[in-house]
Amino acid sequence: MISKEYDVIVVGAGPAGSMAARFAAEQGVSVLILEKDRDVGYPVRCGEAISYAGVAEFITPDEKWINAHIKKFALISPDETEAVIEFDEAGLILERRIFDYELAKTAANAGAEILTRAYVNGLLFNDGKVSGARFEYRGETHEVRAKIVIAADGVESRVGRWAGLKTHIDFRDMECCVQVTASGVKAEQDTCYFYFGQDYAPSGYLWVFPKGDNTANVGLGVGGAVGKKRSALSFLNSFMERKYPKASVLTSIAGGVPCSPTLSKISAPGIMLTGDAARQVNPLSGGGIASGMIGGKIAGTIAGEAIKLNKPDHILNYDKAWDDRLGKRHEVFNRIKNGIYGFTDDKFNSIAHSFNKVPKEKRALGNLFRTALIQNPSLLIDVAKVFLIK
Amino acid sequence: MSEEIKYRQAKTGKLLIEILPDKCDFCGCCVGVCPEDAIELKEAEIYIIDPRCTNCAKCIWSCPIEVIKMNKDGVPFGGTIK
Repeated sequence: MISKEYDVIVVGAGPAGSMAARFAAEQGVSVLILEKDRDVGYPVRCGEAISYAGVAEFITPDEKWINAHIKKFALISPDETEAVIEFDEAGLILERRIFDYELAKTAANAGAEILTRAYVNGLLFNDGKVSGARFEYRGETHEVRAKIVIAADGVESRVGRWAGLKTHIDFRDMECCVQVTASGVKAEQDTCYFYFGQDYAPSGYLWVFPKGDNTANVGLGVGGAVGKKRSALSFLNSFMERKYPKASVLTSIAGGVPCSPTLSKISAPGIMLTGDAARQVNPLSGGGIASGMIGGKIAGTIAGEAIKLNKPDHILNYDKAWDDRLGKRHEVFNRIKNGIYGFTDDKFNSIAHSFNKVPKEKRALGNLFRTALIQNPSLLIDVAKVFLIK
Repeated sequence: MSEEIKYRQAKTGKLLIEILPDKCDFCGCCVGVCPEDAIELKEAEIYIIDPRCTNCAKCIWSCPIEVIKMNKDGVPFGGTIK
């Protein structure tokens, strides 16, 4: 039974939406999640990699949604030189179908209601302030009021636009991705492979992430300016033909990753944006699961507080809370991204060659950046900031 | 549910952008970059909101799988429009 009114409506049941719902519901306020797809967690449009710490803040790691434990990154330059970095702290390759579902369950367990195949097509307004959402569900249009709408509607980010926020992203900042899950792909099960360069994925990277049993998630993203000339799909097809001609493709899907700094405004009276919708993706790595969950947690927590305190304007504190936690850092990551994406193949090659001259036990991500800096000193200030702003 | 309409577009005759039927993955790249909020995307249904489209082509450039094309002859009307 759908009520006529909730304290909070969350649009989208991805990691950001589920966490927003959970942290609001945990404070005893009523929450409704509206998911447009039939299933939470499917289809998956993602490389599915995350750091262990990124997950553990939110849910106890469980082998049923972990495909692989990562200890190494292999960064491969255009001439196929591998720069391998080992980590003490593990990363994880997720099975997002199950992971997202489990996250949504934590929201439900906290008291949130979830509707799937509920397509939000408009907002309700009262005195110019967002006051609810209109959605199609089982052939009927519903109008449900809410004190706060949290838009976690992903890369499309239309809900925020309807509220008057500027959410559309410059096409050059959109990483256009295509990804396959393929069997017959030989990869070390503890290693994430990243390929750089004009042949693989200009102004982006190509990834091969192990998913157990000779299976891997292979995908790439290219900047929109590249997509103007050649599509992500054609880059991936040529890589697969060259590298894994005998692989069987089990799933194949397109996706978009907004790789920009966070939107300048992510809250307004009655509305908050989170996850990809707020452009909270780490613009350097394109990773959005962990940052989306953090954004969702902050949004949900503040929304719950605003309702309990009966102070609607409290939600406007969300922008600063996000900036302090990750937003400012993402601005720096974005500048580094722009620097790296301007690298030529020769530059990637020479960075990999110099890095491999560093003694093995001293090879760390910081060293790779240092090597990159020698090649491109203007990045220095930004890299220094990353390591200083913690 | 009645017959599923996968895409619908074009009644003004100005529209040149065409989303090819049956090839779309419904990923949302085009929706995210559209400056005019002119693309409607549901679970397995996508169409251009004709009067809003300015034929700027950003959706074409951002499509990872070459589903959106510029059709110089204009786009035929492909179904019911709300």
